[in-house]
Amino acid sequence: MSEFFHMGGHGIFIWPAYLIAAAVLVGILTHSIITLRQRERQLETLRRERRGAADEDET
Amino acid sequence: MHRFANPNRFLRLGRAVLPWSAGLTVLCLAAGLYLALFVSPPDYQQLETVRIMYVHVPSAWMALFVYSSMAIASATALIWKHPLADLIAKASAPVGAGFTLICLVTGSLWGKPMWGTWWVWDARLTSVLILFFLYLGYIALNNAFDDPTRGAKASAVLALVGAVNLPIIKFSVDWWNTLHQPASVTRLDAPAVHSSMLWPLLLMALGFTLFYVTVLIFRVRSEIAAAKIRNIQLIEARE
Repeated sequence: MSEFFHMGGHGIFIWPAYLIAAAVLVGILTHSIITLRQRERQLETLRRERRGAADEDET
Repeated sequence: MHRFANPNRFLRLGRAVLPWSAGLTVLCLAAGLYLALFVSPPDYQQLETVRIMYVHVPSAWMALFVYSSMAIASATALIWKHPLADLIAKASAPVGAGFTLICLVTGSLWGKPMWGTWWVWDARLTSVLILFFLYLGYIALNNAFDDPTRGAKASAVLALVGAVNLPIIKFSVDWWNTLHQPASVTRLDAPAVHSSMLWPLLLMALGFTLFYVTVLIFRVRSEIAAAKIRNIQLIEARE
C-alpha cells in the first residue's frame, strides 16, 4: 500500500499532478453549477416581480 | 426577442444530453484512472512517472480542442451572427484555460524528475504558455465592455487571430529542436504506444471531452439566463 503511494520515489510528483488536475476540474464544475443556480433564481425572481406588477396594472 | 428563439432548442437538447454526458464522464474517468494507476505498467525508462502522462497528455489535447471549438464558434458568430455561438465560445474559455493550466503544471511535475528541470523555454512549452495567455486574454476582453455584444465581438477576433498558435503548438516538436518529445499518438502512421498505455490514455481523453461537454451545457444555460436577466433589466430601465 505504501509502495503504491511511494511510486518508486516519484510519488511526490505523481500525486500532486493528479490532485491538482482533480481540484481544477472539480472547481470549474462547482463554480459553473453555483453560478447557474444563482442566475436562474435571479431570473425567476425578476419574472415573478414583473408578473406581479402586470397583474396589478390589470386590476 | 426572436434572437432567443434558438436557445430554447439548445436548452432542450442540453437537458436531454446532460445525464448521459455526466454519467459517461464518470464511467470513462473511473475506468481510465483505474487502468492508469493500477493496471498499466511502469515505463522501462521513466518508471512510475509515466503515470503523469495519463493526465498531462489528455489535458493538452483538450487545451487545443477547446480553443479550436472557440475559434470555430467565434467565426460562426462573426460571419453568421448566430447568437448561441458567442455564448458557446464564452462558456468554453475558462474550461480551456483550466485544461491548459493542468497541462502546464503536470508537465512541470513530470519534467522535474525526468529532465531535471521544472521549465524550459523550448518551442512546445512556450507556445502552450502563450495559449494559456490567449485564454486569459479572451476572458478579460470579453468582460471588458459594458455592452456584452462588443465584448463578444472583440474576443471573437482575438480567438481567431490566436488560432495561428494551434498548428505552431502541434508542429513545434517537428519544426524546432525541442526538449519536449515528438508525437507518439497523433501521427499519420499508427500510434507508437502499446495498448496497455494507449487504453488509459484514450479513456482519460474521452472522459475529459465528456467533462467539457457536461460543463459546457451548464455554462451555456448560465449565459442564456444571464442574457435574459440583462434583457429584463434593460426593459425595466426604459420603463
